[in-house]
Amino acid sequence: MALALIFALWAGAMIVRSPYETRQNEPREQPVPFSHEHHAGGLGIDCRYCHTTVETSSFANIPATKICMNCHSQMWAASPTLEPVRESYLTGRSIAWTRVHDLPGFVYFNHSIHIHKGIGCSTCHGRVDQMPLTWQAESLRMQWCLDCHRNPARYVRPVDKIFAMDYQPPPDQLMLGQRLVREYNIHSLTSCSTCHR
Amino acid sequence: MRQPTDPTFVPLAALSAHPRQWRSLEEREGVVAEDIPLQSEFSQEDRREFLRLMSASLALAGMTACTRQPTELIVPYVDPPEQTVPGHPRYYATAVPVSGIAQGVIVETHLGRPTKVEGNPDHPASLGATSVISQASVLDLYDPDRAKEITYRGDTRSWENFLLALGSMLNPLQGTGEGLHILTETVTSPCLGAQIEAVLAQFPRAQWHQWEPAGSHSVSAGARMAFGRPVNTYYRLADADAVLALDSDFLACGPAATRYARDFMDRRRRGDRLDMNRLYSVESSMTSTGGKADHRLPLRYSEIEAFAGAVARGVGVPDTATAGEAPNAQWVDAVVQDLAAHRGSSAVIPGDWQPPAVHALASRINTALGNVGKTVIHTAPVEVQPVDQLESLRDLGNALDAGSVAVLLILGGNPVYNAPADFAFARLLGQAKNTIHVASHHNETSAYCQWHVPESHVFEDWGDTRSFDGTVTILQPLIYPLYRSHSHLEVLEALVNQPARTSREILNAYWMGKKPARDFESWWRQSLHDGFIADSALPEITVAPVPSPPGAAVSAAPAGGLELSFRPDPYVHDGRYSNLGWLMELPRPMTKLAWDNAVLLSPRTAERLGFPNQQRVTIQRGGMRVDASVWIQPGHPDESATVHLGFGRSRAGSVGNNAGFNAYLLRTSSALWSAGGVQLTKTAPHYPLATTQMHQSMDDRPVAISADIEHYRQNPDFVRPLENAPERGESLYPPWAYTGYAWGMSIDLTACVGCNACVVACQAENNIPVVGKGQVLAAREMHWLRIDTYYQGDPENPAVHFQPVPCMQCENAPCELVCPVHATAHSSDGLNDMTYNRCVGTRYCSNNCPYKVRRFNFFLYQDWYTETLKLQRNPDVTVRSRGVMEKCTYCVQRIREAEIRAKVEDRAIRDGEVQTACQQACPTQAIVFGDINQRANRVAQLKAEKLNYALLAELNTRPRTTYLAELRNPNPALNTEHGG
Repeated sequence: MALALIFALWAGAMIVRSPYETRQNEPREQPVPFSHEHHAGGLGIDCRYCHTTVETSSFANIPATKICMNCHSQMWAASPTLEPVRESYLTGRSIAWTRVHDLPGFVYFNHSIHIHKGIGCSTCHGRVDQMPLTWQAESLRMQWCLDCHRNPARYVRPVDKIFAMDYQPPPDQLMLGQRLVREYNIHSLTSCSTCHR
Repeated sequence: MRQPTDPTFVPLAALSAHPRQWRSLEEREGVVAEDIPLQSEFSQEDRREFLRLMSASLALAGMTACTRQPTELIVPYVDPPEQTVPGHPRYYATAVPVSGIAQGVIVETHLGRPTKVEGNPDHPASLGATSVISQASVLDLYDPDRAKEITYRGDTRSWENFLLALGSMLNPLQGTGEGLHILTETVTSPCLGAQIEAVLAQFPRAQWHQWEPAGSHSVSAGARMAFGRPVNTYYRLADADAVLALDSDFLACGPAATRYARDFMDRRRRGDRLDMNRLYSVESSMTSTGGKADHRLPLRYSEIEAFAGAVARGVGVPDTATAGEAPNAQWVDAVVQDLAAHRGSSAVIPGDWQPPAVHALASRINTALGNVGKTVIHTAPVEVQPVDQLESLRDLGNALDAGSVAVLLILGGNPVYNAPADFAFARLLGQAKNTIHVASHHNETSAYCQWHVPESHVFEDWGDTRSFDGTVTILQPLIYPLYRSHSHLEVLEALVNQPARTSREILNAYWMGKKPARDFESWWRQSLHDGFIADSALPEITVAPVPSPPGAAVSAAPAGGLELSFRPDPYVHDGRYSNLGWLMELPRPMTKLAWDNAVLLSPRTAERLGFPNQQRVTIQRGGMRVDASVWIQPGHPDESATVHLGFGRSRAGSVGNNAGFNAYLLRTSSALWSAGGVQLTKTAPHYPLATTQMHQSMDDRPVAISADIEHYRQNPDFVRPLENAPERGESLYPPWAYTGYAWGMSIDLTACVGCNACVVACQAENNIPVVGKGQVLAAREMHWLRIDTYYQGDPENPAVHFQPVPCMQCENAPCELVCPVHATAHSSDGLNDMTYNRCVGTRYCSNNCPYKVRRFNFFLYQDWYTETLKLQRNPDVTVRSRGVMEKCTYCVQRIREAEIRAKVEDRAIRDGEVQTACQQACPTQAIVFGDINQRANRVAQLKAEKLNYALLAELNTRPRTTYLAELRNPNPALNTEHGG
C-alpha cells in the first residue's frame, strides 16, 4: 500500500515534469506551415527581420502580415499555401498563430536584456534554423531558467554571436563565460521578483 | 529600551499635552463592541465543516498540478501602427473633466488599450498628480454597464434611423426652433460652446438650459453679489502664509484640489519646516481639510455666515451685514489678527456649498486684505455661458409644464435623479413631445426619455475642455469607441448640419478658425503632445467690488430644528461615478465608509436623540422622507447632520444600484446645500454599514507621531525616544549587505491630506480587485495601501492624523520566516517579494505581520469573465486568483522595467526614474521612493531628517518604509482651546 502510494507520487511528479506536460519537442501546427528551416536556415534571413523588437522589448514580436508580404507579394505570390497570408493582408484580419513558447501568466520574461547580456537565441530556442515546423526545444521550467541564472558563465556568449544559429560554445566556455560575465556586468539574479510580479 | 532618566526621553503624553490617539469612539472609551469585526477576517466555521472543506480542496489542489500547458494564440498586427513596440506602453496626453472642469492627465496604453491614468506634470491642475476621480476614469471607460446601442423606447436603432427621426422632429419647428430645448451640464468646452451657438443661430427661438447638481452655483452667485458680474476665482496657495477655509474642503475636493494641495503643502514644508503656513478651518462637517487644519472649529452650516461676517468686520470690510452674532469671539479675534498680519499673503477660501453671501463676504475680506492679485486670482468665467443654473432648470421645468417643449435634447447628466426634488422632473419629462438623452449609461433619466444615444467616453473621442484657470486641453481619443457611441459634438452637428461631420472634423474646423493657418499643423500637434494649449489660461482681471446693498447679502435664517447639509461625495461626486467599484469601495476620508452614505451626526447630538452608531432612521423634511443609517462622526457640529449625494441610485448599473440612500429626495430648489427643520426618527430594520476604520489594527501603539512646531523647535530630536528602535544588528540572522540598489520609501505625514488618490492609483496599477460590501464588512478589503485615520482629544472636536500604510518591506520581515513554502522571500535589493504561484494560502504571513498589510483572496474576487474589464488590467502584473496572499511590492514591475532599461543603456537607475503608483498620484508629494544607498537621492535625504521614524521600530523589523512625523503650526493665542 505504502509502496503503491510512493509510486503514485513519483509517477505524478515525473508526469508533471515530462515533455508531455511542458509540450517540449512538439512541433506545433500553424495556420500557415511556416518553416524556420527554409527562411532562417536556407535563405539565411536574420532573426531580427521578422522578430523586430527582440533587442528593445520584452516581446520579440511575431511579424505582422505586412512583413510576410514584403517578399510574398512577389515570391510564391500565387501559392495556395500562402492563401491565409494574402487573405489577412487583403481583409485586414490578423493571422492567429499558435504560440510555441508559452510561459505561465505569472512569469515575466524580457528578451531585450538577455540579448544585451550575451544569451544567444539558440541557447533557449535551439536550432530553429533546422525546424521545419517550430517546436519548443527546452522545457522552460523554472529549474531550467535557474540553471543559467545561478551560473550565467556556463551559457554566456560574445554579443556579436547572439544571432548565430550555428554557434558552438568553445571548450573553455567557463573561462570565456567568467570573463564575459565581468565584462557585461552580469549579475546572478535569483530573487523571486526578477521574474514573478 | 531608553529609560525616563535619559535626558532626551519625552513621554508621549508630554507632546504638547496630546492625549492618546483613538480611531473610534468605542475604542476611546475602551468598549469592544460586538459588531466591530476585529476578529472576523478569519471566519469561524465549525471543525467538521472545516475538515471536510480542507480535504476536498486538498484533493482538488492535487488535480490542478496535472494540467497540460494549454494552447494559446498570438495575433499580430496586419500592418502595425508606426512606432508601436509590443511590450512598451505608449503615453498620450488628454484630460479628465469632472462637472465640466478638467485635470490634465497622461494615459498609459498597451497596444491600444488605456490601462492607467497619470497626472500631466506640465498641466496646472495636475503638476503630475491626479485626483481619485481621474484615476478611476479608466474604469469608467470599461464599465460593462455602459449603454451600447442607440435605442428608441428600448428598441435598438441605427444612427441613420436617429438622424431621420431627428429631422422629422425638427421639421415642424419651421426653422425658428420654437419648442427646441437643449439641456446640458456645465459647458467649458470652447468648441461645444460654438456648436451650441451655431444651433441657436439656426434655431433662434431654441433654448439652452444648464444644470449641474453639485456645481458651483453659489460661487458664481457670490461673484455676482460681490462684483456685479460672473467672475472665476482661484487661489495661489504657494504664497499664502495664513489660510482660512470657510466650510471648504479645498485640499481634497473640487476641480483644483490637486493643485491646491500641492501648493499648500509646498508652502508648508518650505525650507527647514520651521516657517510653516497656518490653516484655520471652520466647517459644518468633518473633512480632510479640517483634519489637516492647525485649528478647526465645527460650526453649523448656517453659523458660518455670521463667522465670516465677524471676520470681515474684524479686517475692516465696510458695511458688513450678516445674520446673527459671531459664535466664537476668541476664534474670530485670533483669525482676524493672523490674517491682518499677513496682508497680501493670506487667503480666505469659501466652500462651494456655502451660500452666495459667504462667497461675497470672502471676496470682500480678500480684497480688504490685499490678497487679490497675489494669492487670490480673478479671471473671466471658465464656463462658456455662466448662468444661474437653478433658474435655467426652472425655466425648462416651466416650459415642460406648459407643454411647449417639442424636442428636448439632454446632453449628458441625469436630471431625473439629481434635479431638485420639488421640480418632480420625471413627471415633467412626460410633457415633452420628443425626448433625446445622450449619456454614457442608460440611467434614471434615460428611462423617461424616448431616444437614448450612447455617449462616447472622454478617452474615446475628440473634444476640448478647460481647467480651473481656463487652460484648454484638446481631448484626443486613445481607443476606438468600444460601442456605437457618439460625442455631444456629433449630436449637435446633426441638428444643424447634415450630413454630419465627425468630432475630429468639427474640432479641427473650430480651432482652425482660431489660429493662423500657416502654423496650424505644428501648433495642433504641439498642443496634443503637451496636453494643453500653451498660454490658454484666462488672463487675470481686476474687478471692482460693488457696494453691498444693505440687507441683500444676508442669507435667510434656517428654519430651526436639526439642520441638514448636502455634500457631493468625495469620490462618486454627484452620483455620476456610482457604478465604479473602485470608488464605491474606497473608504471615505473621515468615516472610512465604503459602499454607503450615512447621516453624519456629532456624538452629542446622537446621544441627545438616543441613537447608537449605525441606527437606522427616517429623515423627514416637510413631506419628503428617506431611510438612512446614522454615523456618529467625531468633530461634527452639534444639532446638524450631513448627508452625501450620489448614492441610492436605481439605474446606475450592477455595481451602483441600491447602494446607500438617495439624498436628492430631500434636496429642493430652496435648499440646495442646507435645509432646516429636519426630523430623524428611529426605524427598523438594522442595516449594517461597512467601515474600514477598525480594520487592520496595530492596537494601542503610538504609530502616527505628531507634534506642534514649537515642540519641534525646542526638541528637534523628539521623535527618537518615541521610535525606540533597537541597536542595529540585534538579530539572530546574519546581516545581509545590500550592495546594489536598496529600495526605500519615505512618507511625510505633514503632507498627507488623506485624499486616497494613492489607494486608487495602487488599485489601478496592480490589478487589485473590488470585493463588495459583504466582504468589506468581514474586513477582507484588498487595498494594498490604506490610509489610517487617527483621532486625538475631545470627540466633539478632535485632532486628526492621516497615515498611509503600504507594505513596510521590512529587512527583518516577520512574514518571511513563517511561510512554509517560501512564497514570500527577500530580494537582493531589499524587497519583500510575494510569489503568487507558490502561495498555498496558509495566511501565516498575514498573521505574523505587525503592520497588517497583507491581503488574502478568500474568494475569486477578481472578475475573470467580463471581457471589457480585462482590457483595463496592467499586463505587467499577475491577475491573482482565489486562495492567494498578496501585498504591496513597491510596484516591482516598474522597478524591474527601469532596471532592464538602465542595463540595456549601460547606466545606473537615476533618482526619481522609478516612481511607485502611489507616489506618482500623490497630490502633495508626501510619498518619495528611491534607492537609499545613494546619499544624494531624495529619499535618502528625507530618511536622514530628524523627523524620520520607523513604524513599530521596537519590533526590530527594520522597515524600508519610514515616516516623517507630522508637524502642526497652532496659533499660540488659541492653543489652550483646541488640541489640533
